[in-house]
Amino acid sequence: MTPLTAYVEGIGVLGPGLNDWPSAAAVLSSAAPYLAAPTVLPAPLSLPPAERRRTVAVVKLVLAIGFEATTRAGIDRRALPTVFASSGGDGENCHEICQALASSDRQLSPTRFHNSVHNVGAGYWSIAAEATAAANVLCAFDASFVAGLLEALAQVATERTPLLLLAYDTQYPEPLHNKRPLPDAFGVALVLAPNARAPALARLTAVLTESGADRMSEPQLETLRTSIPAARSLPLLQKLARREAGRVTLDYLEHMRLTVEVKPCR
Amino acid sequence: MTPLVLTRFTAVSAIGRGLGQTLDALEMKRSGLVPCAFETVDLETQVGEVPGVDATALPHALQAFDCRNNRLAQLGLAQDGFSEAVAECAERWGRRRIGVFLGTSTAGMLQTELAYRDRDPATGALPAGFNYAATQNSFSVADFVRRALHLQGPAAVVCTACSSSAKVFASAQRMISAGVIDAAVVGGVDSLCLTTLYGFHSLQLTSRFACRPFDVARDGISIGEAAAFVLLERPQARVDRDALMLLGVGESSDAYHMSSPHPEGRGARASIQQALQAANLTPGDIDYINLHGTATPSNDSAEDLAVTSVFGTRTPCSSTKGATGHALGAAGALEAVICALAIQHGLMPAGLNTTAVDPKLKLHYLCENRRGTIARALTNSFGFGGANCSLIIGHAA
Repeated sequence: MTPLTAYVEGIGVLGPGLNDWPSAAAVLSSAAPYLAAPTVLPAPLSLPPAERRRTVAVVKLVLAIGFEATTRAGIDRRALPTVFASSGGDGENCHEICQALASSDRQLSPTRFHNSVHNVGAGYWSIAAEATAAANVLCAFDASFVAGLLEALAQVATERTPLLLLAYDTQYPEPLHNKRPLPDAFGVALVLAPNARAPALARLTAVLTESGADRMSEPQLETLRTSIPAARSLPLLQKLARREAGRVTLDYLEHMRLTVEVKPCR
Repeated sequence: MTPLVLTRFTAVSAIGRGLGQTLDALEMKRSGLVPCAFETVDLETQVGEVPGVDATALPHALQAFDCRNNRLAQLGLAQDGFSEAVAECAERWGRRRIGVFLGTSTAGMLQTELAYRDRDPATGALPAGFNYAATQNSFSVADFVRRALHLQGPAAVVCTACSSSAKVFASAQRMISAGVIDAAVVGGVDSLCLTTLYGFHSLQLTSRFACRPFDVARDGISIGEAAAFVLLERPQARVDRDALMLLGVGESSDAYHMSSPHPEGRGARASIQQALQAANLTPGDIDYINLHGTATPSNDSAEDLAVTSVFGTRTPCSSTKGATGHALGAAGALEAVICALAIQHGLMPAGLNTTAVDPKLKLHYLCENRRGTIARALTNSFGFGGANCSLIIGHAA
């Protein structure tokens, strides 16, 4: 395939023990130890108060990583197209709906229902960021991060405009947790641009391959990588954190991986 | 954008299995909507249920994927030689060079709803036979279709609610244009489940009657289900003059509200304009518009403003949801297939169930079938979260 190229201009991260990109970068570059702790989702202050009360966990996660990445890139959010990638919608909300539908009173609350759509994060992002450009929302189960990255890179290559990629997952409560044991919430957002400009951190050049996926050498980070789909991004984030040139191979589908050549810009 | 060829397409909905039955129903103005008798649903509403879904067997090796949504997908793949056309395409380009991009809103959610009724009384656990990845997870339908068609290229499911299976055309177009793949199976599969039936009811968006798009008395949607598939391919050196092409795609976000459209149709207008721009066409080049036309008061009035602001009031328009019901995540692809049929057969299908067009709505709404040459058709799909998509299908200029 034709290699796909884009420049990373801003990064946002939120996950267990990783409160933002600088703290994640310190851990990933081995400047700080990894201290596991539950993910802390901040209040969605970017939303109007009326909307804020109704937000579910996945929305808080999306807003936190999206605002972090775009703030770091110093880019106007309003015209920025978006690609969202997630293995599921909001886990807690899904459970509440299934519970109500299995009960003798099946009436759902309207808010529950509108929060149940897989694209709830994209909807609230567009409202909070006043973003009116195209928003795509993908799911590829455990392959969701690379599915989103591939879509984002293809979009940057064809539309030649910057975009925001957001990959994230939240956990289900029991009994669904037992069937889909995601341990906690994790999200990563990348501002990607077609050309090298001042904010560029690194150039990514990606091709589909059949090579084996890279693993994290730190056992807790490797557990995180394999247990949350969005955390399949960790080997790439590590290269970016270390400002290292080199190649990483990321998990995607059976017999198909994405190999990304990373070249720091500064 | 570079146009793509629609090499083969098919659809299964409440009005028919495959193109022959679908066309026949459109010509006969036959609606598939009936009073809801689905599962244990106790709502006074009408649905577009596809007969025979549960009698459809999945291939032996893919039994893990068994659920209503994947049975409906299987039923779709078996129509109009679709699977055979994909196999021929794989000979041309290679299995790794064909993507699978499908839209759904609820995938196999019904399976989870049923599993929650069957929890272990002591532990609360879901039954052992419940398979999350192969049924409930949205990706299950693309995973199933990719395996059933023996494809090995990139795959994803698009989940932007009711515009999901329109936006898959955009994903495929970008992947082909960027050189990642040469062809793609796109489409949508969405099946009836309790979440959507009770959910839309909670928002007071379902009608008690068969839905009446653009009618003065319209009062909500009728939920349907469908599987629709299109094989999109990079044009080869010579494209047949009457080949059907994907000419333009437009996408936008309302950035307004989770479950209501922007009242002036701001996002809808932007997606229509982008599709025209991508196709390098002017409004006068469009001969027929298949509307999103859900029959909610707010959708139809916002869409009317968006369409008339771009096209004026003369372009013939209709919503086919009075026939098929609103197939939600499968609606975009189903209506793209209906546009393709409309072009091939010179039929602008009537909007059914509408007896008095709302005088406040100014677009040219067809209540009777109309015959005429259609070179290019536009179809709109708008979803919760303000996710809009417009497609232009037709002959190359």
